[in-house]
Amino acid sequence: MPLLKDGRLVEDKWQRLEEHEVVPTEGAVIIDLERWQVERENLKGRAAPLGLLLMPGQSPEEIADDLSQFDLIALAFPAFKDGRAYSYARILRERLGFTGELRAVGEVLQDQLFFMARVGFDAFEVNERTSEGDFAAEMAKFPAVYQPSSCGENTVFARRHGARLVEAAE
Amino acid sequence: MYRYDEFDQSLVDARVTEFRGQVARRLAGDITEDEFKPLRLMNGLYLQLHAYMLRVAIPYGTFNSRQMHMLAEIARKYDKGYGHFTTRQNIQYNWLKLDDVPDLLADLASVEMHAIQTSGNCIRNTTSDQYAGAAADEIEDPRPTCEIIRQWSTFHPEFSFLPRKFKIAVTGAPKDRAAVQIHDIGIQIVENNKGEVGYSIFVGGGLGRTPMVGKHIRAFLPRQDLLAYLEAIMRVYNMLGRRDNIYKARIKILVHEASAAEFTRLVEEEFEKIDQTKLMALPEEELDRIAAYFAAPEFETLGPCPAEHLEALDRDRDFALWVKANVVPHKVPGYAIANISLKPIGGVPGDITSDQMDGVAELAKDYSFDEIRATHEQNLVLPHVRERDLYAIWQRLKALELATANIGLVSDIIACPGLDYCNLANARSIPVAQLISERFAELDRQHDIGELKIKISGCINACGHHHVGHIGILGVDRKGEEYYQITLGGSADENTRLGDITGPSFPYDKVVDAVETLVTTYVDLRQSGETFLQTYARVGLAPFKENLYAAA
Amino acid sequence: MSKPHRKAKGPQVLTANRLVDGDVVYWRDETTWVANLSDAKVFEDEDALAKAEADAQAQVKADKILDPYAFGVDLTGGRITPGSMREHIRALGPSVRLDLGKQAEAA
Ligand code: HEM
Ligand code: SF4
Repeated sequence: MPLLKDGRLVEDKWQRLEEHEVVPTEGAVIIDLERWQVERENLKGRAAPLGLLLMPGQSPEEIADDLSQFDLIALAFPAFKDGRAYSYARILRERLGFTGELRAVGEVLQDQLFFMARVGFDAFEVNERTSEGDFAAEMAKFPAVYQPSSCGENTVFARRHGARLVEAAE
Repeated sequence: MYRYDEFDQSLVDARVTEFRGQVARRLAGDITEDEFKPLRLMNGLYLQLHAYMLRVAIPYGTFNSRQMHMLAEIARKYDKGYGHFTTRQNIQYNWLKLDDVPDLLADLASVEMHAIQTSGNCIRNTTSDQYAGAAADEIEDPRPTCEIIRQWSTFHPEFSFLPRKFKIAVTGAPKDRAAVQIHDIGIQIVENNKGEVGYSIFVGGGLGRTPMVGKHIRAFLPRQDLLAYLEAIMRVYNMLGRRDNIYKARIKILVHEASAAEFTRLVEEEFEKIDQTKLMALPEEELDRIAAYFAAPEFETLGPCPAEHLEALDRDRDFALWVKANVVPHKVPGYAIANISLKPIGGVPGDITSDQMDGVAELAKDYSFDEIRATHEQNLVLPHVRERDLYAIWQRLKALELATANIGLVSDIIACPGLDYCNLANARSIPVAQLISERFAELDRQHDIGELKIKISGCINACGHHHVGHIGILGVDRKGEEYYQITLGGSADENTRLGDITGPSFPYDKVVDAVETLVTTYVDLRQSGETFLQTYARVGLAPFKENLYAAA
Repeated sequence: MSKPHRKAKGPQVLTANRLVDGDVVYWRDETTWVANLSDAKVFEDEDALAKAEADAQAQVKADKILDPYAFGVDLTGGRITPGSMREHIRALGPSVRLDLGKQAEAA
């Protein structure tokens, strides 16, 4: 899967561990929640970077206390219609203050990238058809947004009154 | 009326550009139908029996003459010269070609309209009271609240892939004309004992396969908390709503399975957490800015009912009957609310031709401060007309063949498109409505029968609201034949109630007789002044059932 | 009466909607979909139908048509008559608007 990070197609330095694979001491690895729950004590404080994959149904609030252990959280979209990870992403960014890489994996389609970026994803495992140009176009798709959310963009509500305040000051 | 500012317009324009690109990618084969379908649905575009069907939003049912003229023009240019008003204050076009749709959407955008979120598993067009801003019983005009919800829900990044579609309705009056209790979220504007205006919240109403009346989860929500609270409900639903079974995916099932008390607890807990960030608090200036668009038009100070109006009522019986059925009191003396029935005897409920649309647009401009409303009962409204103009309006409506005097009467039937257009249908709805209205064509008889709401759906999805019809009719498929199940005693107002099934269903050619039997039973049983619904509440199902199945 | 879920018995016709305009079309041969039911190929043989269905799926992949499926027809009187109200309406147009759809074009 090609990886888009900060708008660039980059090499993926993270390895997703399969169930039967042992966690190596070296290298950045992504593990699933089941493994974290079983091997938590061993993996805590792992020197090399550790990432966690959460599936729909696994809310990040369940691991809120362990969040500092992870440099990356991957949220899965087993089907693009399953939108639970949009809520998880906002909770991670806005409520739990997660600042590491937030990666969208699974069925990540071009037309969803804008929404994903707005709720706080900064890395995307996209399909072969999605180019850097497509990504840039998606990000520029809407000139304004109504809802406040993680990406910190100014909302229309704020810009309206900001603009008015500027006018008033002039 | 709300007018787009540069931000609103830029967003709608951007959506047209986006969809143009998506259609081009689809036609070039760059994306598959599985990928494209949710994208087109997000833009209100369905594939129906004969062609593509587009659903255009009329946010909270308010629009003006310029927009109506454009709707007429679109029907001529891209469709077959007519449109269909639905139970959700939308208009649908039935005969579109995929490659025309981007141009059509661009035309719509030029008059501040769109088809955004009229389909798909997102927050749909917010609906409201068709008499908003005109009704005498209103606490507050619900449209500023609706507009705030429209903006907040448009392209919501978190809530565009919900378990299922999501519908919100708002009413500003104690008499509920927006059917809020059969919506995913129903909002009623209320005043508390300190004289503050806020919101009372219902959640988990809906029709379809498992009809449910909404549960009351908040008695008073302060105004500035509206979006935070809505966001809390949506988030709980997005995370916990069922995705394993499409028939159990609506919020009503979550509320039901979790229990209303537990669901309320989850929402309040989430609300607390969201509220702490204060991100969602509505800025006072923004509320004021939006409310200002809905300021009352400059009504004249008029005296009591003008003599020429009283005289016309005396002289012209047809006019008097139209006024009796279609005109309701306005909050301002000397003004009236005029309903335009889209249910001519023998006609297709909700259908309107381009020429008629143009005619209504001109009437709105000449007599109603340029405002038109679409109702969830598939009719139109001129909300602010002077009583003294009613006769002239009626004459022009007559020339347009839009003067049917039957609002709320037995021939004012809601019917979904059914098998004549819809891909999901089991049976036809429209011809059943036509046959019933022809049977009861005689206006004096209709007035004698009084208020009676018949609602027809062509399948269990219940787009025709049959569960909440005083008489509900549901098309079912019995071994490939069209059959119709009948329910009685449903209602979608402030006393919302689901109808009771009478028994075995009736074949197509027996439905009208069955309805006639029900009506006769009511007329025989009623005490003086009782409506159909009141009689039903008093005597119950048994006598109706007995007569209905006596012959069989 | 929505789309048949089970295979009908007896003579059948394969139908779909065209991607670009949504119009109802019927399978005639590997290269042709036709607008009128009377021009459609009638399958009396399960294997031939299965082959055509596979071909139709390929045309879905090639982005020409959508949602192909077979339905039962009646051949009495030498005419192809659809076996259900749904297919009647698809073949002709809305029963409440005889001036629209294929029934109007034919007139
Ligand atoms: C012709 C194309 C249409 C299609 C494919 C369609 C599809 C559906 C489906 C699948 C549902 C059930 C959703 C659920 O319970 O989860 C539904 C519900 C509904 N539809 Fe439609 N519909 C169509 C037209 C209409 C029209 C013309 C109207 C208005 C007359 C309408 C108004 C509604 C309403 C009010 C509901 C009930 C909402 C609820 O369950 O809470 N639809 N529709
Ligand atoms: S109720 Fe059924 S038949 Fe009627 S429009 Fe809805 S989906 Fe179609």
